[in-house]
Amino acid sequence: MKASPSYRVFRVVALVVVVLALVTPLFWMIAASFKTNVDIYDTGKALVFSPTLDNYATVLKQSHYVQFIGNSLWVAFAATVLSLLLGVPAAYSMSRFNMRKSALVVLMARVIPGVSLLVPWYYVFSNLQLVGGFTVLILSHMFVSLPLIVYIMMGFFDGLPQELEEAALVDGLTHIGAFRRVTLPLSVPGIATAGILSFIFSWNNFMFALVLSGADTKTLPVAIFDFVGYASIDWGGLMAAATVVTLPIMVIALFVQKYVVSGLTAGATKG
Amino acid sequence: MATVTTTRRAPGGAGVMPDTPGWARWANDHRKWLFAAPAMIFVAALIVIPLGWTAWLSLTDAEGSVRAESEFVGFQNYLDVLSDTDRFWPAVGRTAAFTVVALLFEVVLGMAVALLLWRPFKGQKWVRVAILMPLVATPVAVGMMWRLIFDPNIGLANQVLGWFGIGPQPWLAGQHSALPTTIFIDVWQWTPMVVLILLAGLTSLSDEPQEAARIDGASTWQRFRHVTLPLLMPTVIVAILLRGIDALKTFDILYATKGRGGGSFHEVETLNVYAYGLSFDYNEYGVSSTVLILFFLIIIGAMWALTARRKGARR
Repeated sequence: MKASPSYRVFRVVALVVVVLALVTPLFWMIAASFKTNVDIYDTGKALVFSPTLDNYATVLKQSHYVQFIGNSLWVAFAATVLSLLLGVPAAYSMSRFNMRKSALVVLMARVIPGVSLLVPWYYVFSNLQLVGGFTVLILSHMFVSLPLIVYIMMGFFDGLPQELEEAALVDGLTHIGAFRRVTLPLSVPGIATAGILSFIFSWNNFMFALVLSGADTKTLPVAIFDFVGYASIDWGGLMAAATVVTLPIMVIALFVQKYVVSGLTAGATKG
Repeated sequence: MATVTTTRRAPGGAGVMPDTPGWARWANDHRKWLFAAPAMIFVAALIVIPLGWTAWLSLTDAEGSVRAESEFVGFQNYLDVLSDTDRFWPAVGRTAAFTVVALLFEVVLGMAVALLLWRPFKGQKWVRVAILMPLVATPVAVGMMWRLIFDPNIGLANQVLGWFGIGPQPWLAGQHSALPTTIFIDVWQWTPMVVLILLAGLTSLSDEPQEAARIDGASTWQRFRHVTLPLLMPTVIVAILLRGIDALKTFDILYATKGRGGGSFHEVETLNVYAYGLSFDYNEYGVSSTVLILFFLIIIGAMWALTARRKGARR
C-alpha cells in the first residue's frame, strides 16, 4: 500500500517527535556527566559548556566503582550461564511434551512480587552465612533470568521442525544425542536471544541486590545511591555513575538489536 | 528391562544402538523430567517455601527479627491491614492509579507509534534503535536521570516550560504531582515495549482483510477500527498482561526518585514500596507478610480477569 504524501509528511514529523522524546533525556544525562556541578546549576550552560572528566574520575576513584562494575558483570554473567544450563533443556522438554502446566510453575516467578520472597530468602541465606556473598546474588538473579529464558526458548523450540530430530533418530542417535547434536546447534540464535536478554535484565536488577548484597558485592544499580546524600546530591557524580551503568548495556543492545527485539517480543504474536 | 526396550523405540522405527550404557538409556527414557525438573525444582524451591512462610508469617506478630519469638495471632493482621485507611488503602489506590493510568498511556501511545512504524520507510532502523534505548536503560539510572531533569530549580523540564512562559512546576517534589510524574517516567521507559509487541503483532497480520476493506471503500479510521484492531486484540491483551504485571510491581523508579517510604508524605507509596518498607525499614514481618499476601491475591485476580478476557477474545 502506498502512503499519501500528506500522511508521509505527518509520519516524518511524528517520528521525529517520538525519537527526540526517547533520546533527549538520555543525552541530557550523558551531557550532565561531563559538566561541573557549577555548570549543571547554570541554566545558561545547558548546551554550551566546557566538558570535564572530573565526575568520572570521582566515580572511578572514590567509590570502588571498578570493583562494582566487576561485581555486576560477574553476577549477570554467572546467572545467565547457569540459567541457560537449567532453562534450555527445561524449555525443550516443556515444548516437545507440551508440559504447559509445568511451564506455569517456572513462569510464576515473573508474576510474584519479589518482596514477598525476600524476607524468607534473607532469613534462610543469612542462616547459611551466604548473605553478602556472590552465591545468593547469583541465585536471586537466576530467579529473574530463568523464567525469561524458559519463556523465550519454549517459543523458539515450538517453531523448530521436529523432523530433523527424527531423521537423527533414524540414523541411530539417542533422543538425548539428537537434542545435543542436532537441536542445540540449531538453537544458537534462540539461545543468543535468551542469553542477551537475561544478561540485560540481570544487569539492571535492583531490588534483590539492594537487600542481599554486601559492601563488597554491591552491584552497579545499588552503588548509584552512594551519590545521593541526605542533604545534597552530587549531580555530576550521580549522572556519571548512571552513565557508567547504562551506557555499556545500551551499546551492547545497539549491536545485537535484532536479538533484543526478538527476545522482548517473544510470544507476542501468538496471542 | 523389557518395558524399557519397547518404550525406547524411536518414531522412525529404529532402536537405540545396542552398546548404549545403562545410565544413558535410563536418561534417554526419562528425558522429559530429567530436562524439566531441575529448572522447576529451582524455581519452586525459591517460590513455594518462601510463599508458604510468608503466608505463615502473616498470621503471626513477627517483628524486629525473624529469629525472634513470635505468636500466632490468627487473622488479626488481616483485620488490622484491611481497616488501615492511613497507609494500606491509599497504597492500594496509588498502585491501581499508577498501573491503570500508565497502562492506558502506554497502550494508546504504543499503538499510535506502532502504526506509524508499521509500513516500511527509509530510516526505520534508526527509529527502532531509539525505541530500544529506554527499554534497555537501567531503571534506577533512569530514575536518577529524571530526578535531575525534573529538579524544580535546575531541571531541564522547568527550563523548557520557561521558554513558553509557564512557571516552574514542582514535579517529583510536589505532594500531588509526584505520582503523575513517576507515571510519566514509567510511560517514557515502557511505551517502547508496547510498541515492539504491537509491531510484532501488526507485521504478522495478513494484508488481505485490509485490502478487502479498502476495496469496499472503508476509510483509514474504519479499517483500523473494524479490521486491524479486532485482529490485533490478542496481541494488545498480551501487551497489557506483560506490562500490567510489571507496572503493579514497579519499585526501581519509585525508590530511585522518591527514596524510602515513597517520599515524606508517602506520595508515591505503592503496595510494593509499602511492603518493602514494612519488611526492611521497620522489620514488621507479620504485617508486611499480610500486605504481601493481599498484594499477591490482587495480582492473581488481575491476571485471571485478563486471561479470561483473552480467552473470550480468541473465540
